[in-house]
Amino acid sequence: MALVKLNNKAVSNATAFGSITALGSMTFIKKLTASASATLSFVDGTDGVVLDDTYKEYVFTFNNIHPATDQAKFTFNVSSDSGSNYNVTKTTTYFTTYHQEDDGSPILQYEATFDLAQSTAFQNLSANMGNNNDDNLCGELKIFNPSSTTFVKHFIANNNHVHQTSAPASVEPFAAGYCNTTSAVDAVRFQMSSGNIDAGDICLYGIA
Amino acid sequence: MALVKYNNNSISSVTAATGLANGAMTHIKTLTASSSATLSFVDGTDSVVLDSTYPIYVFKFYDIHPSADAVEFRFNLSTDSGSNYNVTKTTTYFRATHLENDTTAFAYRTGDDLAQSTAFQKLLDGVGNDNDSSASGTFTLYNPSSTTFVKHFMSRSSTHQYESGIRDCFMAGYGNTTSAVNAVRFDMSSGNIDSGTIKLYGIKDS
Repeated sequence: MALVKLNNKAVSNATAFGSITALGSMTFIKKLTASASATLSFVDGTDGVVLDDTYKEYVFTFNNIHPATDQAKFTFNVSSDSGSNYNVTKTTTYFTTYHQEDDGSPILQYEATFDLAQSTAFQNLSANMGNNNDDNLCGELKIFNPSSTTFVKHFIANNNHVHQTSAPASVEPFAAGYCNTTSAVDAVRFQMSSGNIDAGDICLYGIA
Repeated sequence: MALVKYNNNSISSVTAATGLANGAMTHIKTLTASSSATLSFVDGTDSVVLDSTYPIYVFKFYDIHPSADAVEFRFNLSTDSGSNYNVTKTTTYFRATHLENDTTAFAYRTGDDLAQSTAFQKLLDGVGNDNDSSASGTFTLYNPSSTTFVKHFMSRSSTHQYESGIRDCFMAGYGNTTSAVNAVRFDMSSGNIDSGTIKLYGIKDS
């Protein structure tokens, strides 16, 4: 058999090698950057967003989410009609740590007013956030198998953020739950409970 | 045009295929302990990247085995390329424990957190030094290069602790600085890191 020598150029435009179509199992999909934004929404099939059965798991990362309003909470909801309505019924849990910069009030507790029971409301992902210039939130939300038309849709989230300006503290909340629908979830929206998302990035990844 | 069929041998020297989607999680550096007092990742040193290249950095630690018994695995941050590891931090810490004798505990640990302190923060505590004892987990650091915001971090680890049982330790907090963080150091609260591996990854946002 004749030997064929290839260099990088010869295959540089290839988009698949046999069954290999990507390098690594975590694939970047979309980045949205807030700029005094009322909402940030990821809608399947819009602006390069993939949120369907391509991946079994989707990860949203929160980078330096900064609220315009002090004591606003970072929240999310999902849609099963491509973003026309964000009102899927959810049952959730929420517990948190809290520790003030002055060493006051260290706690680990369930927050009964932050969870949902068969509610279509937005789910809190944070406590009251501070809006000092250097205050922010970083973390992630994972949604599992959103395209299923058989099962409910589970999600888990946690982050760390700076508490409201009157009581600066490190807060690590853990939210989890399920969207109680057998319709496919095809859009996710993030917003503050009050005011805008002044700045910050949300990135969406698919896990193969 | 004649069809040319390639096999693995014929493309074994290829180092790039730009049409393929790249993975979002990139391995940056692996450090392996060998009776090491510290393991440090310093941006720009020994191929370590810890700057604005990635918004999220993930340290995964595997089978951290201490030389001393019942010690803490800890970390600190630097804003001066490792000259000093003393960034002010406010943190939280809680853990679940289940001993092999079926004793359980679950609580916030007020003695294990920090409030505006420059001290090293424990990622886990009570790891034993029996031959088969170790700890493994993940430590995530967000946007260390920001000169606007504080620097958040979160960690979870599983420890085979000195009393023979599991400790599931959760630590989070922020480096309360608007200076860029450009180095991270790990150590034990007493003695050396006898063995173990820490891997650093970057998470892309484009």
